[in-house]
Amino acid sequence: MRRVRLVPCLLAAGLVFLWAPVLLLVGFAFSADRIPFQWGGFSLRWFTTLAANERLIEAAWLSLRVAAGAATLATLIGGVAGFALARWGAFRGRALFGALIGATLVLPEVVTGLAMLLLFVTLEAAIGWPAGRGALTVLLAHATLGAAYVAVVVQARLAGNERMLEEAAMDLGAGPAAAFRTITLPLMAPALAAGWLLAFTLSFDDLVIASFVSGPAGTTLPVLVFSALRLGLTPEINALGAIILALAALCVGLAVLLMRARWLEGGGEGG
Amino acid sequence: MRRWLVLFPAWVWLLGFVAAPTVILLGIALGSSAEGVPPFRWPIGPGFAWQGGFGNFATLFEDEFYRDSLWRAVRLAASTAALTLLLGFPMAFAIARARSGWRAPLLALVLLPFWTGFLLRMGAFIGLLRDQGLVNAALIGLGFIQEPLQLLYTEGAMLAGMVHAYLPFAVLPLYATLSRLDPMLEQAAADLGAGPVAAFLTVTLPLALPGVVAAFLLVFIPAAGEFVIPELLGPSDALPVGRVLWQEFFQNRDWPMAAALAIALLALLIVPIRLFQRTS
Amino acid sequence: MAPLLLEVRGLSRRFGAAVALAPLDLAIEAGEFFALLGGSGSGKSTLLRLIAGLEAPDGGSLLLEGRDITRDPPWARPIHMMFQSYALFPHMSVAENIGYGLRRAGVRGAEQARRIDEVLALVRLKGFGARRPHQISGGQKQRVALARSLVMRPKLLLLDEPLAALDAGLREQTGFELRALQRATGAAFVMVTHDQGEALALADRIAVLEGGRLMQVGAPADVYARPASAFVARFLGAANVVEAAHLSLSPAEPGAAAYALRPERIRLTPNGATTGANAIAGHVRDVAFRGDATLFVVALDGGGELRVMVPADDPMPIMGERVALAWDADDLVPLAA
Repeated sequence: MRRVRLVPCLLAAGLVFLWAPVLLLVGFAFSADRIPFQWGGFSLRWFTTLAANERLIEAAWLSLRVAAGAATLATLIGGVAGFALARWGAFRGRALFGALIGATLVLPEVVTGLAMLLLFVTLEAAIGWPAGRGALTVLLAHATLGAAYVAVVVQARLAGNERMLEEAAMDLGAGPAAAFRTITLPLMAPALAAGWLLAFTLSFDDLVIASFVSGPAGTTLPVLVFSALRLGLTPEINALGAIILALAALCVGLAVLLMRARWLEGGGEGG
Repeated sequence: MRRWLVLFPAWVWLLGFVAAPTVILLGIALGSSAEGVPPFRWPIGPGFAWQGGFGNFATLFEDEFYRDSLWRAVRLAASTAALTLLLGFPMAFAIARARSGWRAPLLALVLLPFWTGFLLRMGAFIGLLRDQGLVNAALIGLGFIQEPLQLLYTEGAMLAGMVHAYLPFAVLPLYATLSRLDPMLEQAAADLGAGPVAAFLTVTLPLALPGVVAAFLLVFIPAAGEFVIPELLGPSDALPVGRVLWQEFFQNRDWPMAAALAIALLALLIVPIRLFQRTS
Repeated sequence: MAPLLLEVRGLSRRFGAAVALAPLDLAIEAGEFFALLGGSGSGKSTLLRLIAGLEAPDGGSLLLEGRDITRDPPWARPIHMMFQSYALFPHMSVAENIGYGLRRAGVRGAEQARRIDEVLALVRLKGFGARRPHQISGGQKQRVALARSLVMRPKLLLLDEPLAALDAGLREQTGFELRALQRATGAAFVMVTHDQGEALALADRIAVLEGGRLMQVGAPADVYARPASAFVARFLGAANVVEAAHLSLSPAEPGAAAYALRPERIRLTPNGATTGANAIAGHVRDVAFRGDATLFVVALDGGGELRVMVPADDPMPIMGERVALAWDADDLVPLAA
């Protein structure tokens, strides 16, 4: 009996620990006081200051473009890779293929960042591409990381009994191409969308890899926020936090709607 | 043949952007630093003359500073993983045993902070813990203390930030394991005379062990290379390998030494990584 | 005899070292309801998938109305299959599911709609066209899967355990409906099942498979009455399989080492005495009330046991009581090993 009460209490404590900093950050974004986390009456002044901060707007815009590009590239590559892993059984080189994807997932960020930078430097010395470091190199590095995540999400989605659905389609007269287009692709779509969102988030939130592979021309939002945070918290960052939380809530809401798409529930039938 | 063609871009990508960087990393770790752009010499010079060596790795083992950085990383990762499990297990257990309509929203509440910007959450900790921060203000206001406590830039702040950042990684695999456990098993244990604690220790915990191991490793592996949280919240002498690597690279511009540290970190993680891949 | 529809000639399939199907011959007639009966690993599902083209055989050939279709891919065969858990496309409505094959065949517009409506009426699902698969019951899903295949007007329809996913209460009725649909469409049905009751009740002919081999083919009544081997007799479950050594046989029955003897063919006399051949004594070891009859398990004096079905009105022995058993010589069916 005692445990029954203790366990939910610990859950509540854990949730408070997780959410209190986030919610306080957002709440104090609306404080007029110049010192962060100090209430000086309701005000939107920090949002106005934020809007006037050109370096920050520029970095945010760059981060958005890089994240969108990296997520799209990651979805293309990772989608194909995840499909192959789920459907093609023991194709030639599968072990190496899977290991490379797995390695991408578990390598510490500092290692990935450093290795990526060294690759770009070496490539530039050898073939002159990519010339210098900036948005392109960040995008390529983020797409690599994202592709591995997309591959795993897609593979998990296709690992169910959908093989049988493709067989049913072929039995009803669909060739492999038609079966892929009419059955497999629609079934993969939610995983591709979820994978895209995940890759976007990873890219948009990444500081370490971006710090290594971005030159002065590639200052993304996290790189800028990090250099500010090293000196301490400012109310502008509070305001930025509020905006990002709102955007994240929007994205997550969208993702939930996608995952709740009615036919997904039907996808689990049989066995 | 057609399959090969479809997979060709993915192969090029993986070999070019995953395999090649790792090989280059190893190569440069065997090289030496030099004046110039880029600031290093390859281990194989013009005319395929060998000019590399294991000097960086020798330094790494001889110099207490580097050796300690690896040891600190292990300690930091292990204590983070242990604390995360301690908090994450009851949370996952409570969610797994909640009424079915509650489970998905509760799980979402645990996972959502992951999407709210990692740096911003660390910023919030700075706001809470600094000398004039909310926690000190509250403690003074309640009369517990007169002078503000040094909370920020301490081991405690660093660990709090680490647990905060990695908690979702632990709860997810724990929940996956615990939600598959039949609550009937505990009832059966109770029916056979086990009290709640005994039932938990003899039935639930052993069955949840794979999830516990997976959660520990899922936190331990990335935490061992962590740089940002020690930098923002930890004391200036908390220098795990991630932070030392960063300094070698960005401040000392000793790229080969940074590469050697990266290889050392990988070597350190190879066992946990293999273990993790076996369990999942 | 009806014309030959499908001829299976020496068809075989192995997975690695395991033989899923030893070279096997079989002929399916036009318009018949054929059941492939066997346990798991018997090769019945492999045979079905080979006929559908979802597996490639290692050897042998398939002839559909005399034409070799062994190398044809599944989408080019005029054979359709109802999958075990139905494999309804979750992202399409019932009508879209049923129209899938028609669209692949280029049947569109009003003609497509007419054929969908027609087959929806046939399976009593009028008005369900707009529903999604997860919005209908298990029995309705089964009928949608059936309709999706039937709308293609196949000469041969393959059914993989068509009743297995249904509740017990629904199974008998659905079986009758399946039978009626088969007669109405005139298609040949080949059904895979592990349930001997289902096979005996529905099929015109059954084939019993075991370990990738064909054990016996015939009409249900024949296979039931005259099982060819001890395996078939045991699998059909109804008959006693007794070793010759346990029966006091007249020497007129040479050869067979074991016999099948159906429980309802044995006469039981409480406290009776045995006389002559085709009779034996023992005592009652178990009793199970079965409503219209009572099942007795009788331990024979000479070793072994026999199950005996006694009609409700007959005198009943009690547990442990000595009984005499007797049967007609005709009822002893000699079995191959």
